[in-house]
Amino acid sequence: MKTTIEGKAFVFGNNLDTDQIYPGQYLELAKEEDIKKHAMEGANPHFISLFQPGDIIVGGTNFGCGSSREHAAIALKAVGAQAIVAESFARIFYRNAINLGLTLVVSPGISKLVSQKDALKIDIETGRAQNITTKEDLNIQPLSDYVLDILRMGGIKPLVKHQLQKIEASLDMQK
Amino acid sequence: MHAIEKILARASGQDSVVTGQIVNCRVDLAEVNDLYPQTIFSFQEMGGTRVHSPERITFILDHYAPASSIQQAENQKLMREFCKDQGIDLLFDVDSGVCHQVMVDNGLVYPGMILIATDSHTTTHGAFGAFGTGVGATDLAVIMATGHLWLRVPEIIRINLNGSLATGVYSKDVILHIIGKLGADYAIYKAVEFSGTVLDNWSISERMALCNMTTEMGAKSAYIQPDQATLDFLADKVTKNFDIVETDVDFEYAEELFFDVTPITPQLAVPQSVDNVLPLTELVGTPVHQAYLGSCTGGRAEDIAVAARILAGKKINPGTRMIVVPASKQVYLDALRHGDVEKLVEAGATFVTPGCAACLGTHEGILAAGEVCLASTNRNFPGRMGHVKSSVYLGSPAAVAAAALTGKITDPSEILQKLEQE
Repeated sequence: MKTTIEGKAFVFGNNLDTDQIYPGQYLELAKEEDIKKHAMEGANPHFISLFQPGDIIVGGTNFGCGSSREHAAIALKAVGAQAIVAESFARIFYRNAINLGLTLVVSPGISKLVSQKDALKIDIETGRAQNITTKEDLNIQPLSDYVLDILRMGGIKPLVKHQLQKIEASLDMQK
Repeated sequence: MHAIEKILARASGQDSVVTGQIVNCRVDLAEVNDLYPQTIFSFQEMGGTRVHSPERITFILDHYAPASSIQQAENQKLMREFCKDQGIDLLFDVDSGVCHQVMVDNGLVYPGMILIATDSHTTTHGAFGAFGTGVGATDLAVIMATGHLWLRVPEIIRINLNGSLATGVYSKDVILHIIGKLGADYAIYKAVEFSGTVLDNWSISERMALCNMTTEMGAKSAYIQPDQATLDFLADKVTKNFDIVETDVDFEYAEELFFDVTPITPQLAVPQSVDNVLPLTELVGTPVHQAYLGSCTGGRAEDIAVAARILAGKKINPGTRMIVVPASKQVYLDALRHGDVEKLVEAGATFVTPGCAACLGTHEGILAAGEVCLASTNRNFPGRMGHVKSSVYLGSPAAVAAAALTGKITDPSEILQKLEQE
């Protein structure tokens, strides 16, 4: 996990729902390379051509509300979002993104402090963050230890894989 | 402790839990729907070979029932094969309906259980005193691999509903009113309990609609303390033994709110967010191209019955189409036996296969640019039911039927009051 994140902001508003992040008509797609083509299509049809890998998505309150579709988190990770920073996240989206190893940062007040294309720098471990363009400090909430553990492993899949292997190894020992 | 905390404590093998604690809970039932072949892929990527406790896993093919593209057919085929290989007997195929109704109809939902599904509206099961919450595909895969899932013990809000409802006003109007007052992010990460005298008179169907919609205020789960009506409803469905937990009298809620339902009139959520709520009377006359009755929110037998009552012996407005989607096979059978299907079809309604249908804009009633739909569903986000320039208003099943009749937004309470006088 990268603990220091630097990138250019791509800004959205409040209550950005998962139907806008990933429209329902594409839900039957299951491959990452197919899913990523429709990232944010409902919010901004030109997103794919404007967004550059490494950019940081900035949202308002309740980012990722609505449907439980993991496609929304898969799509944003696949286009190369380095992190998503928002005033608050809807809970299923939060879990989905963390599970995939996509860093989410809660930053109360960020909507008023960041404009399109501002350069941001965030240190996950120390909790320090700045809008480099405006030189203003950003307030970020520390990630819980549980969430950090998942991110450090690169997502919940490697974490569970590791746990399952440990269980199997101990069963073998008992034999 | 609150009943929800006791449920989480029991499921995680502890005597007590506190707000904010992360607990690893044994999941009583994990449900996967046909939007999520990713669940199977994630399970395999975790190194999973055999699922943990196949008897506690169910697959329900509801979002694409029946398949209308080759990709959908492939996804469903994969799931059928996975269930067969893994010994998962609880596979409900495309004849079954929306997962939330199917699980209830089949006696899989009971008080005190932990129910996790790949569907955001799993809050519905709070209507039975179950802890129900939605997750994504990979979380569900964790359950398939380990039988458990981590959960944060939520803050709990209590909403007290008192007073009595006017004719033509339903639990859907009440919850829309509440969401309009509190906002779409009011209850993020939190659980919402409903209590109050109004609930005593509400059917299970009305309670399910209420709990279902708490998802639209961000809630993690909902809760209604089971009562005699709950037990009577479950008596001929659930074979499993369960016990009912109670909240301690000294439990302190994170917040406690009171609503008098008496003055509430029919409500509509106006495009393009669920907390954008107005009294229906302020929107009367808005043209409606599609009246849509269905979903896990508003597609139960009672919902179809009220529509049939409004439309019996009449014809829907020419130029307006009415789509009816029974929430499940059982709901469809109940509506058939009650004569409601015949009344609605004669009035000009189009019935489609029980399932999620056009609620999420996938098939069976998609909207074109510029079209307006009044739906008894749960979301009105941009493009939710089709073209990004279509509009969705959310209301009660009665409001949907009233709009079908006249072709424009119409107060259902006036129609129902007239019917009462006849």
